[in-house]
Order: sequence, then C-alpha cells, then structure tokens
Amino acid sequence: MSDSTHTGPMLAADGTTLKSSLNRALRRQKLRALMLIAPLLIFVLVTFIAPIADMLFRSVENQIVSDTLPRTTQMLGDWDADAADIPAPQVFEALYVDMFIATERKLHTRLGSRLNYELTGVSSLFRKSGRKVEDMGEVYQDQFEDLDKFWKKGANLNALFGAPDWQAAQAAWDTSDKKAQPKFKLRSGLETVLPQASEAFDVYARFTQGEDGKNLSKAKPWALIYSALYNDLVAQPAGLAALDAPGADELRAAAARVGDFDTVDFTAAFKKIDKDWVSQDVWRVIKTYSPRFTNGYFLNSIDMKKTADGPQMRAENEQLYIKLFIRTLFMSLVITGSCILLGYPVAWILANLPAKTANLLMILVLLPFWTSLLVRTSAWKVMLQQQGVINDTLVWLGLVADDSRLALINNQTGTIIAMTHILLPFMILPLFSVMKTIPPSYLRAAKSLGATNWTAFWRVYFPQSVPGIGAGSILVFILSIGYYITPEIVGGTTGTFISNRIAYHISSSLNWGLAAALGAILLAVVLGLYWAYDRIVGIDNVKLGG
Amino acid sequence: MNNEAFVEFERVQKSYDGENLVVKDLNLSLPKGEFLTMLGPSGSGKTTCLMMLAGFETATHGDIRLNGQSINNIPPHKRGIGMVFQNYALFPHMTVAENLSFPLEVRKIGKSEREDKIKVALDRVQMGNFAGRRPAQLSGGQQQRIALARALVFEPELVLMDEPLGALDKQLRETLQFEITHLAHELGITVVYVTHDQTEALTMSDRVAVFDDGRIQQLAPPDKLYEEPENSFVAQFIGENNTLEGVVKEIKNGSALVQLDDGSLIDAKPINVSKPGERTRVSIRPERVEYNKDRLRADAHTLSAEVLEFIYMGDIFRTRLRVAGRDDFVIKTRNAPDQVRLKPGQQIEIGWLAEDCRALDA
Repeated sequence: MSDSTHTGPMLAADGTTLKSSLNRALRRQKLRALMLIAPLLIFVLVTFIAPIADMLFRSVENQIVSDTLPRTTQMLGDWDADAADIPAPQVFEALYVDMFIATERKLHTRLGSRLNYELTGVSSLFRKSGRKVEDMGEVYQDQFEDLDKFWKKGANLNALFGAPDWQAAQAAWDTSDKKAQPKFKLRSGLETVLPQASEAFDVYARFTQGEDGKNLSKAKPWALIYSALYNDLVAQPAGLAALDAPGADELRAAAARVGDFDTVDFTAAFKKIDKDWVSQDVWRVIKTYSPRFTNGYFLNSIDMKKTADGPQMRAENEQLYIKLFIRTLFMSLVITGSCILLGYPVAWILANLPAKTANLLMILVLLPFWTSLLVRTSAWKVMLQQQGVINDTLVWLGLVADDSRLALINNQTGTIIAMTHILLPFMILPLFSVMKTIPPSYLRAAKSLGATNWTAFWRVYFPQSVPGIGAGSILVFILSIGYYITPEIVGGTTGTFISNRIAYHISSSLNWGLAAALGAILLAVVLGLYWAYDRIVGIDNVKLGG
Repeated sequence: MNNEAFVEFERVQKSYDGENLVVKDLNLSLPKGEFLTMLGPSGSGKTTCLMMLAGFETATHGDIRLNGQSINNIPPHKRGIGMVFQNYALFPHMTVAENLSFPLEVRKIGKSEREDKIKVALDRVQMGNFAGRRPAQLSGGQQQRIALARALVFEPELVLMDEPLGALDKQLRETLQFEITHLAHELGITVVYVTHDQTEALTMSDRVAVFDDGRIQQLAPPDKLYEEPENSFVAQFIGENNTLEGVVKEIKNGSALVQLDDGSLIDAKPINVSKPGERTRVSIRPERVEYNKDRLRADAHTLSAEVLEFIYMGDIFRTRLRVAGRDDFVIKTRNAPDQVRLKPGQQIEIGWLAEDCRALDA
C-alpha cells in the first residue's frame, strides 16, 4: 500500500473520500436513531422548549400598548416627559380615536389592567373613559345630521365610502343567504380626499363585518367617523371639488359649513372624565411603555421601576423580589445542606449493608415517593403546628413550656423541615449509587496504611463520594429553588419562595409578564449556578451511579 | 532468619454465623524474614486468616501474636502491617506520589523525609517516572507495583498480600512473582502471601501452608510439599497427581504392598497407613512413572496399561493411560532425543520406585 506517501484525504475503494463514504454508511443508522427519539423530541419541544421560549418572550413583550393606542403612542414620541406640561391637544385627539376604537373592540380594559401594574388606578381610569369616550364625538355627528338628513343614514355613508363593486356585492349578499359577507373595500381615491374619515370608516367597516360579525348595511356608523370627517373637511381638501361619488354634493355642502361648527376640546373632555388624564403620571407611564419591547418586567423583578428618566430603585417599602430571591437561594442552600447531613449516613449504611437488608431499607427511603406530595406536606402541618404532635411531645417531656410552644410552621423553619424531608430521597439515591461503587478495600487499605477510622473516611472514602454529593446537591438545590406547593402550605409569609410569587402573578394578579421575568431570572440563576458548579467541581464529577 | 516466632496463631477459630467454623483450630508460627504462602481452594479459610492478622476480622477464639505480643485488641491502623490487596486498592483520587505519601503523612513524617522515602520506594519497583500519574492512567502491572511500593514505603516488618497477582496475565505474573520474592528477601521483611495458584506458591515461598476446610493440611517448604505430600488432599492439590485406590496387604521394611481394586499389586511408601487391611489412596507423580523396563528395578511390581492419548506439549510429552480400570492415569516424559513416543492403543508395562509412590489416607 502507498498510504504513507498519500497526502490528500483517505480514499475509499470506489475513489470517494473515506469520510463521505463513512457518512453515507452511518446515515441510515443515524436516521433510525433519530426516528426512535423523535416522539420524545417532539414532546419535549412542544411541552418544554416552546413554553420556556414563550415565557422568555413574554417577559419582554409589550405590544399591547402600541397595538391598542397606535396613534397616541406615535404622537407621544415628541412629548418631553420631563416637561411640566401635559401633551398637546393633538395627542388627546389621537387618544380619542384610539380609545374609541379600543372601546368598540373591548380592548381598553385589557390595556388598563396592563398599565395598572405600573401605575395603580389606570385600570379604573380606562374603564371609566371607555364608557364615556363614545359620547365625545357626538357633537360633530349631531351637527352633520342637523345640516342634512343625508348623514343620518348609514347606507348613505356606505355608498360614499364603499367601492362600487363592493356595494354591488353587498347588495347581492343582503338578499341572499350566503354565509360570508363581502369584505368592505374603500372607494379608490377617497383616502387622498378624506384621509382621516376614510381610515376611520375602514376600521369601522372591517370591525363591524369582522369581529362584530354584523351586517354593515344595517349598522349604525361610529361617531368617530363624523369627527374625522369634520377634521378632513375643515382642511378644505383640494380633491373635493372633483369628487364623483354618491353624496359628493352633500359632502361639498358640508365642507362649506364646517367652519361654523362647534368644536370639541378633547383635552377638556378627557379632563372631564377624570382629572388623572391631565396628570403627567399617566402620560409618563404610557410613554415609558410605548415601545413594543420593554425591560420593565425585569426591572420590576429586581425591585426597580422603569421611569421616563431611566430605571430607578423602588422605595424601601415597595421592595420585595430581591429579598425573595435571596431568601429562596438561602433556604435552598440550607435545605441542600441538611439533606447532605441527614442523607449521607443513611446512604452509607445502605451501601454497606448486605443486599437483602439494604433493599428493605431502600424501600423505606423510597416510600415517601409513593405518597402524595400534598399528603406528606399536610402531614407536616399536623406535626408541626403549635398544638401539633411535636410541640405536644416536647411539652409532655417538659422541654418546652406550655405557654411558649415553638413556632415550627408558617415560617422558614416549617419550610426547611418539610422540604428537607420531601427532597431527602433525591440526595440519598445518587449518594447511595456512588457509594455502592466504592469498594470496601479502599477503607481497609487506608487503615492498613496506618490511618485512623476518621482519617480513612475523610481522606479516602469521602473524596470518592463527592461526585454523589455533587449530583445530589444539584438535584436537591435545583428542585428546591423552584419548589412551590410545600412553601405555599407550610411557609406562611416568611417561608415562601419566589415560586409562590410567580404563581401569584400567574393565577391571581394575572401579570404574566412579571411572572415570566421572575421565572427567566430564576432560570438564569440556576444556569449560572450550574456553570459555577461546573467550573468549581466539574460536571464530570457528578455521578448518578456506576 | 532467626527461629524465634515473629507471627503466631494459637488455637485460632473464626465463625461468621455462629454455626459454622471458617477457621478451625489454627496453629501457625513463622519466624522473622520468612515468606509464607497460604494456599488453598476458595472458602478454605486462608483469606480469613489473613484478615484476622491484618485486624479486619476478629478471631472468635484463640490468640494471634505479633512479635510476642497479642494483637487481638489492637485496631488495624496501629498494627503497622503493610498490605497489598487483590484489586490494588490504590486511591483513585490521589496521584501515585500522594498514594505513597498517605501512610507517611498519617505517621506525621516531615515533608522532605517523605519525599525521599517515596522516591526510594518508587525506584525500588522501577516506577520512578510515574509519581505524578493517577492510578487510572497505569496498567494493571504498574498499579500492582505501586500498591507494593505503598505497602513497603512505611517500612513495615510484616507485609500481607492477598492474591496480589490474581488479575494479571501469565507473563506479567511471573515477572512480578520474581520481583516480589526478590524485594522481600532484599529488605528482610516477613511476608504472608495468600493465593490459590499453586505454581505461585511453589516458586515464591520459603514455606507453604496448604489450607482446606479451615485447617492447615500441610505446612512445608515447596519441595517437600510437592514430593512428600502428607495426605491425599495435598497430593491432589499441589501439582498433577495420579491416584490409585486399594487395600494395604502388608507393611515391612518401610514399604507397603498395596492391592489395587482390580487385584494387581504395587509397592508404595506407607505415609498415612499403619496396618494391613486399611484402605488407602496411592499417589504417584506423573513424571516419576517409568515405562522403560530397563530402568526399573528387577523386583519392582509393574502394572499393565493401555495408551489412550498422546499429547505433545513441546518440552514434555503427556500421555494418558488406562491403568487398573481408571483412564485418567497420566505420565509425563521429557522431550529427549531417545524418548519413545507412545501411540494410542499401545499396551505397555509401567512401574516406579517404591519411595515415589505414597500410600495416603483413603
């Protein structure tokens, strides 16, 4: 063979490179392997990866503000939040348009709850405003209708704004029983003449046909259209004279008269609904949360708030989350530590007993796994309460006076006791399986070399069991850092974890963004600790067995 | 070598379950500097004896003395006995040097002295370049050398070895056998060595204690053990052996006439038989059997035999015969130029010197 003189890649018998030939040979195998894991892979993707990705996204997502108040947020871009004055009247007019549409679509309350997380009171402000904003533009509607009966009928407006082919289709649909209503089409060219009114009508028509599911021919036009029409006509658009459409004449007549119309001061109108609308606080919050993505949730999670001037620490009495994070980490460490202290001797005994006895004891260790978590935790509630079994026993033994029974539950002690018990098997099992692999001859060797029992254990046995401690600690720590049920039941107020707060935001306050940000931070902390652990102990030193 | 007892077992018994004795009435004494091997099949009690000596098992009854002092109540770490284990038991989380340093550190020996001793110990087993390695990076033979060095580094007077070469391949085993004996004699240490490999026992030891059923069946130097087994167990266990069964006809002039079960008569040396009529098992080593009539004594009894199988083994020929109704009778002959190669089916006459044929217990 001339392999020694061959410098290029190794070639297979047919002249292709050995590498590609090998790849081809392995491809079938790989595909088969992939097929085998595919169900699990898909399951994990759908139930694990996707929710986590969604959670991470939710923690920064903030589209609701700009989606619900698109015109207002755009106009607010020029407003200086530091200035002493409230935004310009145009902003209030834009707010009127946005609020009107949002109210019709019933989105204003959702936005209200969203902004209420940042400033209390916004929720009720929006709910109140939603009810009243519909009346605001009626001043214009009334004046148009007084001017000409033409403006009273929705059909006339449809004829004016709708494209002729749509009108024909709509008319045909009105008399037939076909399901789908012909989709509204704006008369071409009209948007240059009546830009605001066209837009308003378009929104109205699409909403009526779509979300509302009503017959556009029979619907009553929004007051918003009239105020928009007023704005368009006041500007005396150039194309109006040449406009050829049903109602063009009425339009021109109205254009000649709009100068005399009574106008609405939107700023004053909003102020009349609630004077909060002319306070800078509300507007600052709206402006701060205008962008589509925000770090506001994350700032909230670390006891800061997002203000127009940048992030600021919350007031001392509003701080909560950093304390909770620290408490969660600290208590998880304590729980992990007590699991090591309690689990190590048990694992050692299990590993050194004859198989028959060890199996029996192992069943006792595993027994808690077969009991419902809720039952076990509730049992601790019975055990630990002031009139509970443990206190009764201590009092009976005379160790504790009857009037100073120990507070063992609804505080950190309760959480630590109950969680240590619940997570103990997760420490014992990896410890046991690692200790099982340490031959007893090591201890004998150490003793024969002159080591006392303690030295032999500490210098020979213990270092070899460290991988088990590592595996058990990671398991227990990561499980406890995200534990929810037990702290909820026995933790009271001082023994709760960050997970309880997350659960509160998910199910009670419905502030999912904040819950997601807290969860994301928790995830980051776990990953960070895992990384640190890998750097210090080395993840290769973690063994769950063999 | 002085003859004062250095290690002594006196009437030692051991039971694990309180019902069966694993070691029954063991009496053994060995002088300083001796290399004693405990040989026996598994379950014969030899490892238990070693563990009692090391202090990992306590004797149920009896006294174990080291240097004249009873050590029954001394914990293992205070006995100062070096030990080599079958699976080496090198601490996997320490380097070779740290492994060797361990017994010195627990004896609170200073750093520089420690380093000197480690170097000497490693050089002694030709492993001087491996101080920084971890046990897992060494081959089996290298690990065994380190285990040996570790057992010797704190200069114990007594070293126990529990089948230390059991996990190695044949060639390495032979090299290490030689090295261990050499080292033991050079350092003048007393060694108690446990093995179930009789070749190992024969080549290495000053004396061998053959264990069976919790007792020492024979304690003797290797040559005596092989050539003069005292009972049929030892004869069977050590080396290859032919056994014929029969009844003692008469004993005179230190020679016994034995009638085999098929009626034929042979001469044997009476060892465990005392009077005519006793049943006996006669043992003859394969290499002491002669089939060349010229080399046999004229008055010797012979047996007729049929060749069943001829195996060529290089240095020797191994021939299987049917003798006195048994077809597991084996003879070994040296591959010499004038040696006759027997053919299967051939009928021959075999005989031996009466003193090579030992009449043992039935």
